[in-house]
Amino acid sequence: MSERKIRVLVAKPGLDGHDRGAKVVARSLRDAGMEVIYTGLRQTPEMVAEAALQEDVDIVGLSILSGAHMTLIPRILELLKTNGQDRVKVFVGGIIPDEDCPRLKEIGVTAIYGPGAPIEKIVNDIRLALEPAS
Amino acid sequence: MGKSPLDPILSGERLALARLLTEVENDSPAARLMLDELFPHTGKAHLIGVTGAPGTGKSSLVNQIALHYRRTSEVNPRRVAIVVVDPTSPFTGGAVLGDRVRMRDLAGDPGVFIRSMASRGSLGGLAQATAGMVQVFDAAGFEIILIETVGAGQTEVDIARLAHTTLVVESPGLGDDIQAIKAGILEIADILVINKADLPGVENAESALRGMLSLAHPVQKIFHHGQVMSLPEAVTREASKWEPPLLRTIATDGTGVEELLAAIDQHALHLRQNGGWKRREQARLEAELQTLLTGTLVAEFRANIPAERYNELVEQLVQRTLSPNEAVKMLLKRRA
Repeated sequence: MSERKIRVLVAKPGLDGHDRGAKVVARSLRDAGMEVIYTGLRQTPEMVAEAALQEDVDIVGLSILSGAHMTLIPRILELLKTNGQDRVKVFVGGIIPDEDCPRLKEIGVTAIYGPGAPIEKIVNDIRLALEPAS
Repeated sequence: MGKSPLDPILSGERLALARLLTEVENDSPAARLMLDELFPHTGKAHLIGVTGAPGTGKSSLVNQIALHYRRTSEVNPRRVAIVVVDPTSPFTGGAVLGDRVRMRDLAGDPGVFIRSMASRGSLGGLAQATAGMVQVFDAAGFEIILIETVGAGQTEVDIARLAHTTLVVESPGLGDDIQAIKAGILEIADILVINKADLPGVENAESALRGMLSLAHPVQKIFHHGQVMSLPEAVTREASKWEPPLLRTIATDGTGVEELLAAIDQHALHLRQNGGWKRREQARLEAELQTLLTGTLVAEFRANIPAERYNELVEQLVQRTLSPNEAVKMLLKRRA
């Protein structure tokens, strides 16, 4: 009971309505022993940051397929910071063009995954990202 | 102003609150200390348990209840905290907590705080952790605390018992009246809700539930063979008894929620007027003490027993050379 579980928020910010990928990831993280809070579709950056705060998560996983990532992600990172959740790691999955990745990492995204990313890798990356902190 | 670690909690600072809830859930020593300090500040909130089978629409209903509490009393709307408990996978220890999906209407309201919680598979521990989280919200000044659990087993019933007012949520088409008999949770209902009342079968569900209710909570008069029959004095004596109302709601559009809120407030009033509020507080705190005492004693006791000795006894049980009762006796004797 006293062992700390990894808590992950899986969120779908923006307007695309396809959350199969997000649900597959949520399920896989559950099977890896994590506690996954799923927010559902069409979340604003404010809703995502608020949920991350109330649930005191270690990881925020964003699934974005709409192409609006360069608008949504910086805003979410900013809100997390404003709320005092600087130590929360942000993972992104979806359709993110290669040329956008360096900029996203620069502003604080921990990892970015495209279609076909092996789920074991995501699980491992999450564990690694949290290692020094816990 | 003197800085105390309590201040951010008492003033409802959301990050401090969220972090303390995590500590409480993990039952850390720091959390126990904080709970001790916060305890004198608790006892003000109205705790409302919401339970029922999966798929009856509990989360949507909780969403609506919270929305209405925030809307109706416009002058000084009561602040609402929501604790949602979902099962942990017994095989992997993980969980997917998806109730927020149904509660998106509440996003952006600073007077609402939603916290999802995985059951983590431990029996006494879950009730204890939930009680702790409720205390934190209570101390932080949330006047209404909704506790949502899946009404599938004893643990969930125990958690619902934390509450002053317990709602049991049913919906049409989940099963016939035999299901209603099986579901022992009907007896713990202070208010029965038939959600999804726009679905066919609502009449059947209602009459089945009404029948079951009259068994669990004897009514003053019953209809039988077309006649009104009075019940013997002994059954009707308790005039101050609360008779659980049966209400219909449609959580997706809010139909019936206003009436539900009125019933909840009425129940709170009833409890306060009949000393029931105090009785429930007493029962709740006593149960909490019991859980803590049991947990602490067992942990302390186990710490004094070498692991080899314990495993040896378990092996003897497997070999059938010792009965569980005898094993307990031996362990207790050793200590004395």
